[in-house]
Amino acid sequence: MASAAQARIAPRAEAAPLSANEVLLSPRASRSSTGKLSRRLRAVGVGALSIALWLALWQVASVEKWDVFFRFENIPAPTEVAAAFGELYRAPKFAAHVGNSVRRIFIGFSIASALAVGLGLLIGRFRLAAQSLFPPLEILRPIPAVAWIPVAILLFTSAEQSMVFITFIGAFFPILLSTIHGVEGVDRRLVYASLTLGAGPIDVFKEVILPGALPSIVTGLSIGMGTSWFSLVTAEMISGQFGIGYYTWEAYTLQQYPKIVLGMVTIGLLGMGSSFLVKWGGRRFMPWFQPDASAA
Amino acid sequence: MSQVIPKGTIALRDVDVHFGEGKTAVQALSGIDLQIEPGEFVSILGPSGCGKSTIIGALAGFTPITSGELRVDGERVSAPGPDRGVVFQQHTLFPWKTVAKNVEFGLKMRGVRQTERERQAREILTRMGLGEFLAHYPHQLSGGMQQRVNLARVLVNRPRVILMDEPFCSLDAQARLQMQELLLELWHDLHMTVVFVTHEVDEALFLSDRVVVLSQRPARIKSQIRVDLPRPRTRDLLTSPEFTGLKREMLDLLLGDPLVAKAS
Repeated sequence: MASAAQARIAPRAEAAPLSANEVLLSPRASRSSTGKLSRRLRAVGVGALSIALWLALWQVASVEKWDVFFRFENIPAPTEVAAAFGELYRAPKFAAHVGNSVRRIFIGFSIASALAVGLGLLIGRFRLAAQSLFPPLEILRPIPAVAWIPVAILLFTSAEQSMVFITFIGAFFPILLSTIHGVEGVDRRLVYASLTLGAGPIDVFKEVILPGALPSIVTGLSIGMGTSWFSLVTAEMISGQFGIGYYTWEAYTLQQYPKIVLGMVTIGLLGMGSSFLVKWGGRRFMPWFQPDASAA
Repeated sequence: MSQVIPKGTIALRDVDVHFGEGKTAVQALSGIDLQIEPGEFVSILGPSGCGKSTIIGALAGFTPITSGELRVDGERVSAPGPDRGVVFQQHTLFPWKTVAKNVEFGLKMRGVRQTERERQAREILTRMGLGEFLAHYPHQLSGGMQQRVNLARVLVNRPRVILMDEPFCSLDAQARLQMQELLLELWHDLHMTVVFVTHEVDEALFLSDRVVVLSQRPARIKSQIRVDLPRPRTRDLLTSPEFTGLKREMLDLLLGDPLVAKAS
């Protein structure tokens, strides 16, 4: 006796008429905490095993002095790097190297974040801002950090400021582009919905555009954190004393191969760690965000 | 509050809507004349892509009309406003706000105090069977529940007019029927004018006082059918002979005479 309209839609077998059954438990809630923990342990284990395998391969290649297209003759083995690490770690300089670098990255990244997010919101939202600000920024964007060194030295009175400026350049553009992308990607229907509920232009910006662009902004911050570390060696070429980038550069000029690799690995680890912190902070800040749902 | 009958008159006079220019120009609406009385429930029925939603867009104030005149309570519509609530198809809840905060949004825009906002949101959500989901995020709810929140978010502002653009089309049959019954109940209690766009004949007949049938694009009003089925309406109505008779009439209007259609 069902009407035509109902017959056309096949009733979902699992759909129960009770409203209580309509609730879809959030994936987070339905997962048992022990299952989650074992899954995470497994992921960490696989990752650690992968790194260990690569290290072993590297060790063999260096010790055996492989020469198949890549020449491993002068590449220090992981054991040599570890020895250099032991040496450096004990030296009081290590904390100064890392501390200086972290401070430069932190300042450069913070300024870049504030400026790039602000400009990105304007460019993404207002046509005049896009027309006036975007073209010059697009010209500056492809310029590599190294090319900025002379200008950085001329622009600022202290070497410290010049170095922070280079890390700023490294972080700025990914954050800017992600922010613009995020603003442009905000679902127009959400803007319409807010307007029909009485939102004014400032409300739309604050209540819809900003939170709507936030996932993309956080992605940009995470990438920008990485690219800021990317530019660290370049920045600290200006330095004469401290910084893990300077340490790497100096080791290169002095041909201290284990130290070069040690510098590289340290930068890699610090970069990974700080990118992870940004992502983690972002997820904390956006409990509503479902990366899987938006990808589907 | 139910003693005061709010206003909610809608008048469209010879409304045309064109999109684009030059070769890509499309005419969506052509010479729409429509008068809707306060408290009336009018469905707009037509084939997919005919321009039904354009009427909602124009009434809401998103879509500028090319010519003619469009007034709500005598005022020319020029921009979106909270006096005309819009319920969209789906995915228009703010994903970053909880259910309660979504519903509070309109009140917040009007500067209602936090405690009062929370009280009103809780009241209407409880009435709609969502009292236990105030702190949930939209993605944690089913499609049917999301649409109920959507409706609550609009109704909490007590709009004179509520515009609905195929709001239940993504729901399964059961959830849809539940929503239709809930909507009729709320409409009865809150005395508002409803303009309801749909491509489902059953839905249009079940809900409306009047069904406006549109032609293919550019949409013109093909005919209007008054639905004099008794109220309050329940699901039993769907299988009654009166309902089936009206439905046959409506299907003929929409699809044409079966013999003629076969010949063409």
